Amino acid sequence: MTIQFNDETFRDDYSFHNSDRAIQRFPFPFHEDSYMYSVNMERHKGGPEGSVYEMRFDVDEHYLAEMKDRAMVLAEDPLRCQSLPHMTLAGWDLLELIMVSKSEDYPDLFELHREGSNWRWINRPMGIDQSFVFMDEASLPYGPMEYITRQAQGDFCILDQRDDNLWMDAGMVTTQADWSLDFDIGMNFFEWHAPVPKAHEMGIFVRALKFLLNIQQGSPARRLNWTLTVNPLLDTSPENYHKWGVQKTTLTPENLGRKQHLRVELQTFFRLPRSNALVFPIRCYLIAFEDLVSVPKWGRRLHRVLRDIPDELATYKGFIDNRPMLVDYLSQYDDGAETSPGVWPD
Amino acid sequence: MSAGTDKLAVTVTNIVPLNDLVTRFEFQRSDGGELPTFSGGAHTVVEMRDGDITRLNPYSLMSDPMDQSTYAISVRRDDAGRGGSLFMHNRVRVGDRMVISYPVNLFSLDLRARKHLMIAGGIGITPFIAQIKQLAATGGRFELHYAARSAALASYADELTAHHPNNVSIYHDDQAQAIDLVHLLDGQPLGTHLYVCGPKGMIDWVRAKAADLGWPREAVHYEEFLAPQSGKPFEVKLALSNKVIEVGEHQSLLEAIEAAGVDAPYLCRGGACGQCETDVIGYDGKFIHRDHWLDDEEKASGKKIMPCVSRFEGKTLVLDR
Amino acid sequence: MPNFEFPASIKSRPVYGRLEPRKGKFHLMIADGEGAEALIELAAADGALMAKSHIIYIPRDTGAGFAEKLTALGPAQLYIGPSYPAAVPRLRRVLADAHMGLQVYLTGTEGLMGQAMNEAMAAGIPHSAIQTEHRGSLARRMQCVHCKGITEDVMTDPFVCSHCGLHLFVRDHYSRRLAAFQGVRVDAEDPGNIPDPVELYS
Repeated sequence: MTIQFNDETFRDDYSFHNSDRAIQRFPFPFHEDSYMYSVNMERHKGGPEGSVYEMRFDVDEHYLAEMKDRAMVLAEDPLRCQSLPHMTLAGWDLLELIMVSKSEDYPDLFELHREGSNWRWINRPMGIDQSFVFMDEASLPYGPMEYITRQAQGDFCILDQRDDNLWMDAGMVTTQADWSLDFDIGMNFFEWHAPVPKAHEMGIFVRALKFLLNIQQGSPARRLNWTLTVNPLLDTSPENYHKWGVQKTTLTPENLGRKQHLRVELQTFFRLPRSNALVFPIRCYLIAFEDLVSVPKWGRRLHRVLRDIPDELATYKGFIDNRPMLVDYLSQYDDGAETSPGVWPD
Repeated sequence: MSAGTDKLAVTVTNIVPLNDLVTRFEFQRSDGGELPTFSGGAHTVVEMRDGDITRLNPYSLMSDPMDQSTYAISVRRDDAGRGGSLFMHNRVRVGDRMVISYPVNLFSLDLRARKHLMIAGGIGITPFIAQIKQLAATGGRFELHYAARSAALASYADELTAHHPNNVSIYHDDQAQAIDLVHLLDGQPLGTHLYVCGPKGMIDWVRAKAADLGWPREAVHYEEFLAPQSGKPFEVKLALSNKVIEVGEHQSLLEAIEAAGVDAPYLCRGGACGQCETDVIGYDGKFIHRDHWLDDEEKASGKKIMPCVSRFEGKTLVLDR
Repeated sequence: MPNFEFPASIKSRPVYGRLEPRKGKFHLMIADGEGAEALIELAAADGALMAKSHIIYIPRDTGAGFAEKLTALGPAQLYIGPSYPAAVPRLRRVLADAHMGLQVYLTGTEGLMGQAMNEAMAAGIPHSAIQTEHRGSLARRMQCVHCKGITEDVMTDPFVCSHCGLHLFVRDHYSRRLAAFQGVRVDAEDPGNIPDPVELYS
């Protein structure tokens, strides 16, 4: 299968778009007509052919455009990529994991040749052919984590495991749902989740942490998370909140279908072998409401979810002010028919 | 869903007796592929098929963590144990096929440490061998103090001393050599992390002394695997799977649950990691709690049991499994 | 003066305790302003402590009267400095030479405790092993999430970033690494609509 990469932007003229294939494989996150937090973990061992779950690291039509956007964000603000000194070994772990996975899963796009410590990495879509010495930082243009995550879609947090907790000690974070790596780096699992309402009281984080601490080599896990974003912005960072926050007020009933996007994060978790750290890739998928409602089940269900979600969550996810307009728009696509269980289109 | 581990099919490629008690076993993948790399301090759970009984015992990986061709473990023969180590020593032959788990690390290095200070007793040396290989490859600073009963029983002492003459000190009990712990802990640079693996008495001694000298709890790491102990047979009802099972004299409760075909989570099988914690629905009798996962209150409550090492004596026990 | 009771908050917000003597060969105490009172109480709890202690004290506006009292405690070393930044080179020198078993006690304002904790952590002491007790001013040290500049001694919400001039609201989200709370533009979604500043905890 050859992927046709889109020429598109996630800023300025927002030419981002999903092909029909991308719409059909969109990871719709609601398995029923309502939403509440849960520790919705499952093993990340493949999935239906062609789905975003099939490969360890999904590569899709947005790959090149996302990598361009990442490079722009980093040029503006290098603090989006940071690694505390003890995390270099984990960075090599991640580089190896991504290079091995991508070269096995997409042999037409990526190649990895290894002779002892002498490695050669070929990334065809990005036109990269790099020979380097594994575990020798001086042989790469960036540190190992930065090098490989400039070539991989989604954000990456590397979590050190110690004292029965996980510590956000390294990351590449340019497509985040309103949190700052520069601020959160060094925090433990409960601290970086501190601003999330309700979930602490529900015991969600205690259960999630217990699960994550026990993820083992060879047994990665995954879950979905979601929020809403006006305009197809990848970089909804707190750093730039004063630039994108105001865009939320530009929504009108006429432009809503085009401008309002559902933002879904495919979160995966892999134990890293050499460092015993955990890598937490957060892959962001965007879909415009007008594309989403082309799948009738999704249109009906999203209407019901957004209509009934508690105010506290609507506030935390940043759409409380626009909610009436969103629900009004979506109600056109909800005929009240019953929806089938599960996330897949009928 | 529980996290769990995946398995590796391996072949025994080498068996090396080191002394009267300890033998090294080496494994390679049966399909000729590469083994996963791992982090120093990791263990693997070895499945032993001994007639009708399947035992799963954890052993520290002591090969070079970067070596993907071969894994090595060292097994100390325990003549009074339930038979796992005897099975390894007496029954396993080069060429045998075995199943082991992916590496699991419950005793990893704190990579922030300015210096790693390691204290080993007896067979407790094994995780340190892999950790030292990892540190030597990445330029980490370490110091090992290793106590054994005698020179003959000090497995790997010669190799360690030869490779790291300035970082390794050996102590032999039979020559009345003892680790001068107070002196050793005094004057370590800020940012030193302390690791101890060995008999329970040694772990307790080191932890207590470190606390006494003002070492933070977070800088003191220890690994103590308990082996399950034999005991009187007892009967258990598994409520969820609606089965009544018998736990044999030399079988652990966890092994009996597994033998009945009921899936139960585990990681360390030594009462430390908490993964196999099981709810008790009802009981009439007394628990023999041997884990160090449940706190005293939980043990007294009669509501939880760690089936990897704990047992039960009495009339009825009903578990939520 | 009784310790201020901070309202219950989110999990990243530091929680302060009461200093108590701990076992250890050497003790490092860093305080500003009214934090001196906590050190005086600490000395009273264990008469032998001060002989093994090094005190670094920044009186600021409110602590001038404590110098004599601290001297009277008989610490092994006492440094009284004009500001925290002025004391940092000394603090780093002390930590560079220190050994495991050192006990660290921090008391005074949140900004002082946060910054000194950062130094101790960088030297290899786990943050959870460092004792803290809040005394004196309730002012907060704030990072502007937009320009990254730190504004010291913030007393109102919202406040003006002393670097970029944006009006920021005061979050309880706290970074130990930065020793600061997070400030976020208050009028991001409605430029120019800036609420009147309110005194913190009022």
